[in-house]
Amino acid sequence: MENYVIAMAVSAGIYALMALGVNVIWGMAGMVNLGLVGFFAVGAYVSALLTLKLGLPIAAGMGAGALATSLVGALVALITVRLRGDYLAIVTLGFAETIRIVASNTIWLTNGTDGISGIAGPYRGTLSPEAFNLLYLAIVGTIVTVAYLLAERLRASPFGRVLRAIRDDEQVAAVAGKHVALFKVKAFAIGAGALGLAGALYAHYTSYIAPDIFVPLLTLYIKLALLAGGLGNNRGAIIGAFAIVFLLESTRFAIPLVPGVSAVQGAALRELLIAALLIVLLRYRPQGLVPEQLRQIPARAVPPGRYQPTA
Amino acid sequence: MPPLLAEIAQLVVNGVMAGTILAVPAIGLTAIYAVLRFPNFALASHATIGAFAGYIANVKLGLPILPSVGLAFLAAGAVGVATDEVVLKQFRPAGFITTAIASIALTIALENIVRFAFGNELRGYALPIERDWRFGSIRVGPQQVQNLAVAAAAMVMLFSFLAFTRTGKAMRAVADNPMLASIKGINADMISRLVNFVGMGLAGLGGMLIGLDTTIDPLTGFRSILSVFAAAVVGGLGSIPGAVVGALTVGVGEELCLLFLSPDYRSAVGFVAILLVLTLRPRGILGQRAY
Repeated sequence: MENYVIAMAVSAGIYALMALGVNVIWGMAGMVNLGLVGFFAVGAYVSALLTLKLGLPIAAGMGAGALATSLVGALVALITVRLRGDYLAIVTLGFAETIRIVASNTIWLTNGTDGISGIAGPYRGTLSPEAFNLLYLAIVGTIVTVAYLLAERLRASPFGRVLRAIRDDEQVAAVAGKHVALFKVKAFAIGAGALGLAGALYAHYTSYIAPDIFVPLLTLYIKLALLAGGLGNNRGAIIGAFAIVFLLESTRFAIPLVPGVSAVQGAALRELLIAALLIVLLRYRPQGLVPEQLRQIPARAVPPGRYQPTA
Repeated sequence: MPPLLAEIAQLVVNGVMAGTILAVPAIGLTAIYAVLRFPNFALASHATIGAFAGYIANVKLGLPILPSVGLAFLAAGAVGVATDEVVLKQFRPAGFITTAIASIALTIALENIVRFAFGNELRGYALPIERDWRFGSIRVGPQQVQNLAVAAAAMVMLFSFLAFTRTGKAMRAVADNPMLASIKGINADMISRLVNFVGMGLAGLGGMLIGLDTTIDPLTGFRSILSVFAAAVVGGLGSIPGAVVGALTVGVGEELCLLFLSPDYRSAVGFVAILLVLTLRPRGILGQRAY
């Protein structure tokens, strides 16, 4: 039971890291990423392959996974940055599908749909499973904490302010002399890096990755986590990740109790529920359950006769 | 004919056939985009719904293929109008990011409704087994030719509808300039319902045509969405003739890549086509602008 709770806490931590990354892209910069599972997969595969085939230490593999994903993210953003945002939506979705196709069919490298097993975990061989789980929870906890602090720093920094300005009105940001395209590519690369690191953490925790783990549904989970916690809000991203893991796990136990439903139907019901919940939240709480707190700037007295803002 | 040339000729023929079928859902996507201004990812599940509606008509009710194809169009179109009315319409004021995310969630929801009802097994239509026709070294299946004819007929009907009927012209007017159209008294709500019906109907028709070539399952639509989007983007998002040109380009391109790639990478070719077009000519072959 403790092991189960710890394992769930680890997955919540990994989701939280993803949610923090997506928060930079979607919440702060207002860019869409419909294929975040593809970036998660790149991090997982790069780190798994580097540690397994080249014998790199785990930490180096994770670092390389995050870096590679970040570069891929920058490239994806670069191709679409001057176009309407819908093209980024199409390209990110296509990217995730393409990664899945490549991972499923490049058998010499990724072992195809059978997946890669035996991915090293820190001290997995020398520790008992319980101790390993606890150690990994500590690692994930530390990384999420650091990522949270960095994200908070980013949000409060001039860089973060520019991102929000771009999100709210790109033209105004450009008129203010900000290099909009550069900021967007950077934001996307930062967010993608967090997604890649989360993927690497996942791979070294479960020791097994395969293409059918990286399905579009995972993208919805993270969007839902972010919306549940509050878009643009880093603490909310973490709370939302824990909430979504709790929700997923409770439906895992609840749905088999529904009479007359087969295993496939149960899985379908669960996905339907997640998708419906996302639609409802998006519709009624588009800013999330806990909206972003923006620092209110006190209105300065405006001399009479000068332009007076109406709202 | 030398063997390589014969192989290329065969691949081009296959590509034109696949491209013509691909053009049907691609037109649906681009038409919805032209009027409603967002990429509707829910197209995937509507293609699946059409494929399954055709399956019910053909296998369960024993109807021939042609009426089944008609039912696939009607069913997917009706579901398209209903889901837009109930779900996606509410999101449009919130901007395209929210709408696009909602359309992904919608497509997964609908796909799972199909999965709940039919399970994950692969299903096939009741088709007679026929020998391929041979023209020199080129082989063509009679069913493929029928699919080609259905796709071409659907496109001719759509083009005449847009060119000659009052409603078709109103639809083009809204796509062209929504404000001017509303000043002229065109009911934008009616037009958006109509474009959803026609667009999602075409997606359903396309889903069934794709299924006639292979088998169907709840992922039928999602598996082909990358090629459909590639067709629309290559041709120019929002341009209906562009969708046809783009679909033929992507169809032939996917087949020609079989010369040096395994068929498993087919959809990845569509993605590469999207990247190439967005890098070199973002507005696509016949599109207007992309920024």
